[in-house]
Amino acid sequence: MDFRYLPMTETDKKEMLDTIGVSSTDELFSDIPEKVRLKQDLNLKTPTSEHELKKELVQMANKNYNVKEYTSFLGAGVYDHFIPSVVDHVISRSEFYTAYTPYQPEISQGELQAIFEFQTMISELTGMPVANSSMYDGGTSLAEAVNLSAGQTRKKKVLVSRAIHPESQAVIETYGKGQNLEIVYIDHVNGRTNLEQLASELDENTASVVVQYPNFFGQIEPLAELRALLDEQPKAMFIVSSNPLALGYLTPPGKFGADIVVGDTQVFGIPAQFGGPHCGYFATTEKLMRKVPGRLVGQTKDENGLRGFVLTLQAREQHIRRDKATSNICSNQALNALASAVAMSSIGKHGIRKMSELNMQKARYAKRKLVEAGLEVVAEGSFFNEIVVKLPVSVSVANDQLLEKGFIGGYDLSTYYPELEGHMLVAVTEIRTKDDIDAFVKELGDIHE
Amino acid sequence: MSNQDFPLIFERSKEGRVSFNLPDIDVPEVDLEAELTDDYVRQEAPDLPEVSELDIIRHYTGLSNRNYGVDSGFYPLGSCTMKYNPKINEDVARLEGFTHIHPYQDPKTVQGALEMMYDLQESLKEITGMAGVSLQSAAGAHGEWTGLMMIRAFHEANGDFHRTKVIVPDSAHGTNPASATVAGFEAVTVKSNEKGLVDLEDLKRVVGEDTAALMLTNPNTLGLFETEILEMAEIVHEAGGKLYYDGANLNAIMGYARPGDMGFDVVHLNLHKTFTGPHGGGGPGSGPVGVSAELEPFLPKPLIIKQDDFYTFEYDRPKSIGRVKPYYGNFGINLRAYTYIRTMGGEGLKKVSEYAVLNANYMMRKLEKAYDLPYPQHCKHEFVLSGRRQKKLGVRTLDIAKRLLDFGYHPPTIYFPLNVEEALMVEPTETESKETLDGFIETMLTIAKEAEENPEIVQEAPHNTVVKRMDETTAARKPILRYYKG
Repeated sequence: MDFRYLPMTETDKKEMLDTIGVSSTDELFSDIPEKVRLKQDLNLKTPTSEHELKKELVQMANKNYNVKEYTSFLGAGVYDHFIPSVVDHVISRSEFYTAYTPYQPEISQGELQAIFEFQTMISELTGMPVANSSMYDGGTSLAEAVNLSAGQTRKKKVLVSRAIHPESQAVIETYGKGQNLEIVYIDHVNGRTNLEQLASELDENTASVVVQYPNFFGQIEPLAELRALLDEQPKAMFIVSSNPLALGYLTPPGKFGADIVVGDTQVFGIPAQFGGPHCGYFATTEKLMRKVPGRLVGQTKDENGLRGFVLTLQAREQHIRRDKATSNICSNQALNALASAVAMSSIGKHGIRKMSELNMQKARYAKRKLVEAGLEVVAEGSFFNEIVVKLPVSVSVANDQLLEKGFIGGYDLSTYYPELEGHMLVAVTEIRTKDDIDAFVKELGDIHE
Repeated sequence: MSNQDFPLIFERSKEGRVSFNLPDIDVPEVDLEAELTDDYVRQEAPDLPEVSELDIIRHYTGLSNRNYGVDSGFYPLGSCTMKYNPKINEDVARLEGFTHIHPYQDPKTVQGALEMMYDLQESLKEITGMAGVSLQSAAGAHGEWTGLMMIRAFHEANGDFHRTKVIVPDSAHGTNPASATVAGFEAVTVKSNEKGLVDLEDLKRVVGEDTAALMLTNPNTLGLFETEILEMAEIVHEAGGKLYYDGANLNAIMGYARPGDMGFDVVHLNLHKTFTGPHGGGGPGSGPVGVSAELEPFLPKPLIIKQDDFYTFEYDRPKSIGRVKPYYGNFGINLRAYTYIRTMGGEGLKKVSEYAVLNANYMMRKLEKAYDLPYPQHCKHEFVLSGRRQKKLGVRTLDIAKRLLDFGYHPPTIYFPLNVEEALMVEPTETESKETLDGFIETMLTIAKEAEENPEIVQEAPHNTVVKRMDETTAARKPILRYYKG
């Protein structure tokens, strides 16, 4: 087999070995103790030509039912939104995608400026003055926010709403274990965080309160009331995880005095791709600016007074502070942040409100139709683009039948909420048409025990 | 070179300009404002750009021209493995059957995706010699922390709650001690000896009943193979600690040696380094973790398993540390790594390491004539020079790095590892031709000569980049982290 990524010829190799003063490359590996040297070849599949491999992978991809061929009403944290063509054209420019972290600002102004613009867009959407350059995803960003709150307040108790994404709950638990945090879950009532229970748990030992807006059930949590509760314990930090698309229409958490706002920008220009890579964002107050995890891009000037951008406040970061760093994060999701920045530029100032409204309008139409079809829609409060529907059968049974009709049905809430057996979380985005919704509701309404 | 600021996308904005066609509303509208109370209806529109589609393309094309990637030129950034990013990887990662699948679809509707993940788990097990692999961690540092959390869970499952310390070499990457802290450990340092290797006597001194783990890269950050690895493993294991392998430098030893055979208990890999995932300007990466049989029950859940010929998730793992990330990892990057492994096979991966090591040794021998080489033995895939000879002439390593920009190169990693004065860490990778290496060597020799004969030209570099050296002090003192209009 020839290897097209390996350019050395036998002549090259011989010349280089002569320069080094050895007779074979094996000599260069002679420092590996005999006992640990691998005696046999790695037992991997035989290498494949480019043509055959492409064929093989196309076949593999075709085994998957994709949401472009099937009409999807599945959301639960990952959404099927329209992605403008410009996004992939920009992120396919190899000066962007084959670059490393912009440690040399003179030849990285493109990346640095794009991220500075991304930070600005996130700041605008969340109503927070500071946003970082990205995190792995919404879930880990939230877990980092929780850790930050514990470090900052020197308290260990964290009140986490059960109406936040259940996998974010799981990630918070794993991260929290590292810091010996006490996670107290606050239940949901009618699809929203139980404020009474929250009030009774909130005390002087509380590091932070964590809610999602809109929450996992699609409901719009009453941030004003939550803020009022938190004012009783002003040291406790207010952490809000937010779908940034919803913030095109909803009042941003910054207006409600949030200390940290996190979430995922997958809704802007990033396909679902089986759960990753997506892109976490992390936004906060000026007070916490020097505690932010991850990279920050700042504006400055060069020797000639030209505007330029650099990675800044690096004294927070692992490569400088090592064990005293505010986080261990190094690689982030820069290329996905770029994708989202392009998508946000494309959607624009007015488009963002329109897009947000379209999601809300279509979801409300779907809700009305579901009720008309005799299905029970639970959680009565105001919502963004997701609805909880109670079915007469299990969600997996319903989804099997929907699949036969060309639909990818909603999320089975009983996966993480045993009390919600037979409850489906239905997501309706701007690209679902009235016909899609009508057909889906008809099929769902036809499903009986 | 321009004497004008490159405009921000916000500065290109003009009220009323759009580049997004939303579908028209085709459902009867309801009054949203009446439904939500005033408090929840946004009063001030977020100030996103108002630009046309061509504005966007010109803007980002302009920005890309102000950026430098592996496709632009040689990028010998030590410890980062900036090898060529194959184009077939990009093509297959964009197939709709991979991009447009949702993580909560029924496993029977995503058999292709699960098959790829399963095969990748199996391949990584073989390459590292470990018993189990999870693909969930999003990047190297995330993998480190995941691995340490498993080691913690392992000790605690044995009723051993007093192992509070993680040992890291003084040459370690900053993420190692930082990950130890995040996992709830205290990081303690073990010194390197005069050969640039871990000092066994010092290791014996710091190891003890409180040792949870020793974190190591092998080859280490100096590009040197830790020849006494088996002795180190014995010392740490004897004390009841575990051995952690930071896979940042795996590109040096594929097919030659495996962490599992060296006695490592936990391994993380950087698929965006060794396995050609593009770095994306800082991410996304992917940092799978591998473990020995003893630690296998603690892997994050779910794992991908194969039952008869059906691929599915395994959630029933009672000892698992839980989730480290929503969903199943950076699937898109894992897919690129899988494609690469299928392109190379076992034979190809061994050649990768062979040429990575050949290239590094060749450059090292050529460059040691003009730059100090603190550790003269054969290196593996990278080597560290010291700019102390040039520093005496008033030319710092930073200046050398900036001067390289004028010649069209991305500089090596500088001032790391910390135990080498004025460090220049060079990692050529196996995908570069001899001509490219020779061109870079010649430039480095030229710069060394300039440092002697005409130091100003180096000290004042770069001369022909779009911006010159940045005022980083002001950037940190008076941070401007976003744009404000006007």
